[in-house]
Amino acid sequence: MIRKRVETFAEAMTGLKDGAVVMVGGFGAVGQPNALVEALLEQGARDITIVANNAGTGRVAALPRLMAAGRVRKIICSFPRSQGSVVFDELHKAGKLELELVPQGTLAERIRAAGAGIPAFYTPTAYGTVLAEGKETREIDGRMYVLERALHADVALVEAWQADRWGNLTYRLSGRNFNPIMATAAKLTIAQAQHFVELGDLDPEAIVTPGIYVDRVIHVPYGDPPPAMANPD
Amino acid sequence: MTRTTAAPRVQDHGVESVAPLSRAAMAERLAGDIPDGWYVNLGIGIPLLVGNFIPEDREVILQSENGLLGMGPLQQPGELNTWIVNAGKQNVTLRTGAAIVHHADSFAMIRGGHLDLCVLGAFEVAENGDFANWTTSLTKAVPAVGGAMDLAAGAKRVWLLMDHTSKDGTSKLVKTCTLPLTAVTAVKRIYTNLAVIDVSERGFEVLDIVPGLSFEGLQARTGAKLHRPGG
Repeated sequence: MIRKRVETFAEAMTGLKDGAVVMVGGFGAVGQPNALVEALLEQGARDITIVANNAGTGRVAALPRLMAAGRVRKIICSFPRSQGSVVFDELHKAGKLELELVPQGTLAERIRAAGAGIPAFYTPTAYGTVLAEGKETREIDGRMYVLERALHADVALVEAWQADRWGNLTYRLSGRNFNPIMATAAKLTIAQAQHFVELGDLDPEAIVTPGIYVDRVIHVPYGDPPPAMANPD
Repeated sequence: MTRTTAAPRVQDHGVESVAPLSRAAMAERLAGDIPDGWYVNLGIGIPLLVGNFIPEDREVILQSENGLLGMGPLQQPGELNTWIVNAGKQNVTLRTGAAIVHHADSFAMIRGGHLDLCVLGAFEVAENGDFANWTTSLTKAVPAVGGAMDLAAGAKRVWLLMDHTSKDGTSKLVKTCTLPLTAVTAVKRIYTNLAVIDVSERGFEVLDIVPGLSFEGLQARTGAKLHRPGG
């Protein structure tokens, strides 16, 4: 019998090691698995590489606190700078946090490719820019492309709307973002779900992440994301 | 549709009386050129204003890089649903008929050439269509690129919405970009507060100039050679 639901955060984080590459879902504050990042902070792993679209805002959210605690060595993201990204800015300027800046679509496709067994791919994005420097390029049918490699993770932390005991997941509106692709790209995928439902309650056609990609589910009725900033960057 | 008024006329070195367009008027000018049925991505910042000026008799579907197809206007107080955000992380609405996809699918739409148009802001654009819009310094600023490079490489057309010159009068339309590029030879058209300019094989081709400014006056404010259409 498959039971992927766990009851405690300690159980959810079991086996997470120092030096792990950890994907964190979310776009801004929406669909971000904050409770699991808190649990990672609690769990104690160090020397972490974070893969996330943004580097968090403010000082109280889980991701900035993880960085402020000196637990993150490197962040791979597309848009670290935003209004209120103070912790990232300080650590990066002080040389204490390495940044690998990746165009957002390339970041998404590198993650997708990892989950789909594609080791590398050619993309037109960033050709002729500093973000393609040092990368292999190739002309295909008269256009220039940049070779990008798949991005694998040890652990993916995702936020879902609904989950069942097989680990089938749905998402809510903009909470979908990177979560479904990150779930496919890690050796260990841990989901926090707002609602835990009985097996069979989810419409097979509405399941976005089938349970094959998910290892552990914890029920966290986290509530709605905070209102967006009035004048974001 | 909201009507806008141009910014007050400014005296131009006592030679010409030029009325640069306000940002809203630039956005309205661009919006009027988007045909019915196009799928369009509006970059964060000023390009998002274009969404306010799509003529009501046209169905133009707005895409947001974070996976919204069929994005509507910003949410009003009282209808707050914080589960919906646009690329600028503002709370927006969904139009009837909207669809939501994950990030890899959203960028497949973008990179795969499915968008008819992407509107972006820019710091600099060159006469060969190279442009720079993501960072002014690789050393002084914390860099952030977001989806700009994917949009620039993938949309069928890239139109820029930008000021013609910086505050000190330096042209943002140049022969060769000096800032870090977003994409090479990507730009098809530029809407500035002074003119509408196509980027063609010949370089900058002037389609339209604000009232009160001559072709020569526009050339004096532009850092590369301008061409008259067909001329």
